[in-house]
Amino acid sequence: MNIAVCIKQVPDTTEVKLDPKTGTLIREGIPSIMNPDDKAALEAALTIKDKLGAEVHVITMGPMQADAVLREALAMGADKAYLLTDRAFGGADTLATSTTLAAALSKIDFDLILAGRQAIDGDTAQVGPQIAEHLGIPNVSCAEDIEVNGKEITIKRWYEDRFHTVKVKMPCLITVLGEMNTPRYMTPGGIFDAYDTEVTDWKREDVTVDDTKIGLKGSPICVAASLPKSLKAAG
Amino acid sequence: MKEQYNGVYVFAQQVDGQISGVSFELVSKAKELASVRGSSVTAMLFGKNVSSLANQLAAYGADKVIVVDDPALEVYTTEPYAHAITEIIHKFMPEIVLFGATAIGRDLAPRVSARIETGLTADCTGLEIDESTGDLRMTRPAFGGNIMATILCSEHRPQMATVRPGVMKRQSPTEQKAEIITFNPKFERNEKYVEIVDVIMHEASKCNICDAKILVSGGRGVGSPDNFKLLEDFAEAIGGTVSSSRACVDAGWVSKDLQVGQTGKTVRPNVYFAIGISGAIQHLAGMEESDIIIAINKDESAPIFDVADYGVVGDLNKILPLLTERVKKARAEKK
Amino acid sequence: MDFKLSQKHMMAQTLFREFTEREVGPIACEIDETESFPTQTVEKLKKYGFLGIPVPKEYGGQGCDTLTYVMCVEQLGKLCGTTSVIVSAHTSLACDPILKFGSPEQKQKYLVPLANGTHLGAFALTEAGAGTDSAGQQTKATRDGDDYILNGTKIFITNGKEADTYIVFAMTDKTQGTRGISAFIVEKGTPGFTFGTKEKKMGIRGSSTYELIFRDCRIPKENLLGQEGKGFGIAMQTLDGGRIGIAAQALGIAEGAFEKTVAYVQERKQFGKPISYFQNTQFLLADLATRIEAAKLLVYKAAMAKDTQKRFSTEAAMAKLYASETALEVTNKCIQLHGGYGYMRDYEVERMMRDAKITEIYEGTSEVQRMVISGSILK
Repeated sequence: MNIAVCIKQVPDTTEVKLDPKTGTLIREGIPSIMNPDDKAALEAALTIKDKLGAEVHVITMGPMQADAVLREALAMGADKAYLLTDRAFGGADTLATSTTLAAALSKIDFDLILAGRQAIDGDTAQVGPQIAEHLGIPNVSCAEDIEVNGKEITIKRWYEDRFHTVKVKMPCLITVLGEMNTPRYMTPGGIFDAYDTEVTDWKREDVTVDDTKIGLKGSPICVAASLPKSLKAAG
Repeated sequence: MKEQYNGVYVFAQQVDGQISGVSFELVSKAKELASVRGSSVTAMLFGKNVSSLANQLAAYGADKVIVVDDPALEVYTTEPYAHAITEIIHKFMPEIVLFGATAIGRDLAPRVSARIETGLTADCTGLEIDESTGDLRMTRPAFGGNIMATILCSEHRPQMATVRPGVMKRQSPTEQKAEIITFNPKFERNEKYVEIVDVIMHEASKCNICDAKILVSGGRGVGSPDNFKLLEDFAEAIGGTVSSSRACVDAGWVSKDLQVGQTGKTVRPNVYFAIGISGAIQHLAGMEESDIIIAINKDESAPIFDVADYGVVGDLNKILPLLTERVKKARAEKK
Repeated sequence: MDFKLSQKHMMAQTLFREFTEREVGPIACEIDETESFPTQTVEKLKKYGFLGIPVPKEYGGQGCDTLTYVMCVEQLGKLCGTTSVIVSAHTSLACDPILKFGSPEQKQKYLVPLANGTHLGAFALTEAGAGTDSAGQQTKATRDGDDYILNGTKIFITNGKEADTYIVFAMTDKTQGTRGISAFIVEKGTPGFTFGTKEKKMGIRGSSTYELIFRDCRIPKENLLGQEGKGFGIAMQTLDGGRIGIAAQALGIAEGAFEKTVAYVQERKQFGKPISYFQNTQFLLADLATRIEAAKLLVYKAAMAKDTQKRFSTEAAMAKLYASETALEVTNKCIQLHGGYGYMRDYEVERMMRDAKITEIYEGTSEVQRMVISGSILK
């Protein structure tokens, strides 16, 4: 069984502080981390691997520095890592991001895709379901529990005041809530191995997708203005 | 091309035969937007035997209600709902489509946006029409709530957004009736359908923190799940509901549906007690619209005191039982 | 010359810091207060491979270098001196001598379970009459057929009752002086091997420090570590490595106290402003930070020397001497900056100062380190 896990490198927004004088964001020195929900998705994949045996593939789209979250995933126990990085992918909204990721994922022979519900920098929760749409597979979001039985998965899925227990056939995509589990730590030896493992770099030419559907050009929405919250409140 | 699209559409979320509160908020907001655009408001109501609910939507501003009534829609699953909305968008070509940023809305809207290849803005807290271009300006918190970003979808139609529950104000209901359009998008079961095996309600759902007039909210400073008893006692005495910050949910002390804040719920009660809550910006995002905020914290420099109307610096373990006693006494005297 | 950590070392540092903050820090006060060994923490250390960091993978370890191991001990030491020394004694004093001097069979039988954390290790050299003068061993090992028979008592043994595998030193030939000392691997539960007093200590109070008693304790000859009569050399070389571990522990304690104090002086107000506004505070912090940085460079350099040089006694001695004295100086000054609160147990710098003191004593006192260093100068 092949499990692909989509992860994102994000600034640790809980560490973000506002400059008390100017009201602007202090971006310097904010650590970059693996998005917490994505880490839970990776843990879910590794748990399945421990129980049933599986190959865990991690993929991220981002700048070259995003390599660090892939190494972290490898050090936790992932088997293969892919970094989608190219200027052509830059400036993407969720639609263009999901289109690019879907094109890359279709190169991996996956049975199951896991992703975090949402990233703490954008908080959109959109990329997971959008990837599933592009790939023409079912998605179940906000999973709190995942159980694999052969080609079928039973998922306990959160809906505010209730849970649904849902059965879905693979291939499918599941987004995972951060509360689902406590991700394991890396191991020291895992870290050393991770830096000896090759991360596959995928550039623009490595994915089959129309130019008009990626990057800035493929993004229907754009940010018109962005203000620190305190200024907005004051104004 | 853009001009062919017309009207503000709202996905009217219905669960167990009840329309979710956010849908009324959205219809009210849609009415405002539609009046600026000189267009009308259409609600999309899906489910099994739900057409009788249509006039509730009309009361808040829906001019038309498109009803899709089918057994496949009785309990929400992604595919048939996404199919129905996609078909409606293809047929009626709305200019704006709004969803509540609920677990359902945030599952459904991205799937639809990818299917029709248009933009989608998540979890908006502000919507307005740019009068010069006619575009929808969608404002949302980003970067963990530290930034407010205004987003446009200028070249694509429809413009789609999910909107945070509890942010838009409902208008006062009227006696208005809506034109009801029954629509059949022709469901065909495919490999994207999933099977619902079970629906489990969780206990805390008995009381929704969004509807509470008084919230007694605990944070990391409460110290332990056992100490939440102090909050429960106080809430019971004062007739409030217990809620919490993310720290307590992550620690497993309380269930997630009690969580106030950026990744939880937005609340605006009459009185919000912030007890042992430091007041991270992610938390403030969910409660700063409360009418009166009362904070108890032992750290006098905690940011919660910047938004609090009343603040007590001290140990909640000592203060809260005294407060509970005093409230009980005052209530007894009143009787 | 490059003073920058590699990416993998930085990642390992992050790992150790997060682990310490989440798993170790929250119970540090409790294990000190109740003098209880942190069994659950040791289970976690095992699960994540922290008990065999520098041991090659073929022997159940993580296959990392000494620097990585040292950073682990350092980070643990920032919040809990006890947990830090458990890892240091286990890795440097039990795994390391078997890796270096053990036979292939001994490595399979004893090193693998130590390095993968199934077993915990301890090192028994000190006796009532043989502290700094470790050549004055009274414990005897007498050859009897295929066995040695151990008789004697060891004291102040770290991981004492909690360990499974012990490296024990004893005289096989009293007439030969230091050349009559041999090293043995002893399993817990061997008949004739029992535990005596549990020590009541000033600091590192969660660490299990015991007296080991050997009374006609039969050890198969296969458990002789290295050659007969070579035990003193094994002990000294092992302690060279151990000193780097203790130096890292001391460094961690200093850093931990310093970080808490930097936060405190910015919160604590006197005369209407945070005490960090006073020049006395500022200058003191500057001095302490400089000392800590110097200690860190010595510790990291010694760690790298262990992997690249045949002998590293001087580097290890300098690192331990300076880091341990830094730990005591820094924790002492940190309490001073905390004022009366610093003297109270609610503020952790009090515990840190108690934990710091032992680093000047065990695995060779500061005086021993000065002897080693001056010996290398005046040879």
